[in-house]
Amino acid sequence: MTDKPYEDIPGTFVFDADRGREGYHLNQFCISMRLQKNRDAFNADEEAYLDQYPMTPDQREAVLKRDWNRMLELGGNIYYTSKLAANDGINFQELAGIMTGMGREAYRDMMLHGGRPIEGNRYKKEWGED
Amino acid sequence: MAKLVAGVGCSHVPAIGVAMDTHITDQPYWAPMFAGFEKSKQWIKEVNPDVVFLVYNDHCTAFDASCIPTFALGCAAEFQPADEGWGPRPVPVVKNHQKMASHIAQSLILDEFDITIMNEMEVDHGLTVPLSLMYGEVEAWPALVIPLAVNVVQYPAPTGNRCYNLGKAVRRAIESFDEDLKVVIFGTGGMSHQLQYKRAGLINPEWDKAFLDRLTSDPVGLAQMPHVDYLREAGSEGVEMVMWHVMRGALDDEVTEIHRHYHVPASNTAVGHIILENKAA
Repeated sequence: MTDKPYEDIPGTFVFDADRGREGYHLNQFCISMRLQKNRDAFNADEEAYLDQYPMTPDQREAVLKRDWNRMLELGGNIYYTSKLAANDGINFQELAGIMTGMGREAYRDMMLHGGRPIEGNRYKKEWGED
Repeated sequence: MAKLVAGVGCSHVPAIGVAMDTHITDQPYWAPMFAGFEKSKQWIKEVNPDVVFLVYNDHCTAFDASCIPTFALGCAAEFQPADEGWGPRPVPVVKNHQKMASHIAQSLILDEFDITIMNEMEVDHGLTVPLSLMYGEVEAWPALVIPLAVNVVQYPAPTGNRCYNLGKAVRRAIESFDEDLKVVIFGTGGMSHQLQYKRAGLINPEWDKAFLDRLTSDPVGLAQMPHVDYLREAGSEGVEMVMWHVMRGALDDEVTEIHRHYHVPASNTAVGHIILENKAA
């Protein structure tokens, strides 16, 4: 089997070829948000615009609900989903505040105080996960 | 003949570009980060390279998921700054030394590095932010730029060892080009940062400092580091730092550290910067 020595890192998706395959249409939709004409079309009618991309019903629902973590769970990658976030006026740091569940101010404050420490954040078992 | 004289390691955080473009670099949040590049701007003005060979990664801007080249060499005449979703950066068009890029492409492939050739390409913050940090706000970039885009978005990125050896091939390619040109190589990205999911915000200054130290003292050993160490210790996006090995591989085995800067945070990221000169330079 494909060797994945990174699966024991907590709170992290490593965007490997399997995730790339699963998330392909979701990510291709997200990158289309890079261009103004596509942003205009999407913002005018999200459902109609999404019909162009044969993503799974779960991926489509995650996009419509702006469930950023769910998009990653379903094969999305942050550099793609951040294009959709930018369309919504959300920058990388605000997006991180949402994904971590900390909220914008608490996350920004953590970064100003040196960020999330590595101690206790290397292995899933340190988070009480398998 | 062309000569490679020095290497620059440098983060390429998009928020740095936004701060420069919106003229807020003197705000307390940003001032200490930019202060560390004052010496660098002076240094590059004095060295005044004709060509910058710039190793960076595209952030799902010029490359979508349909085609993911591991190494892609920019061979177009020029490269427009891309709209990444918040409008293109108001920075100069990046001009190539197209003849030298063609020579490097041919040399690398015969040297058994099977690179992709890009005859059209837009460039994102990964390329323009390091230029802005080193040159400041300019009407035109003072050097021609040959971009090398490395895939670090979809795992696996090329290994550190592969990048280090590619650096050696880049050196051979540059120094077999028959024009008297001064070249500086940039390796960009990092340092520790994670932009995604529940561990976002990870910063590991001890790891970052050890990486900077070993760039000078133990580059061969450093290039052996497995990807999982970057992912675990420096965050999922920290794996960008494999690109610094291309820069280091292109330099002499013995180098002099001219300058170093480290600052936390720029948005979600630890900013790292180093200037290394070949001793013979």
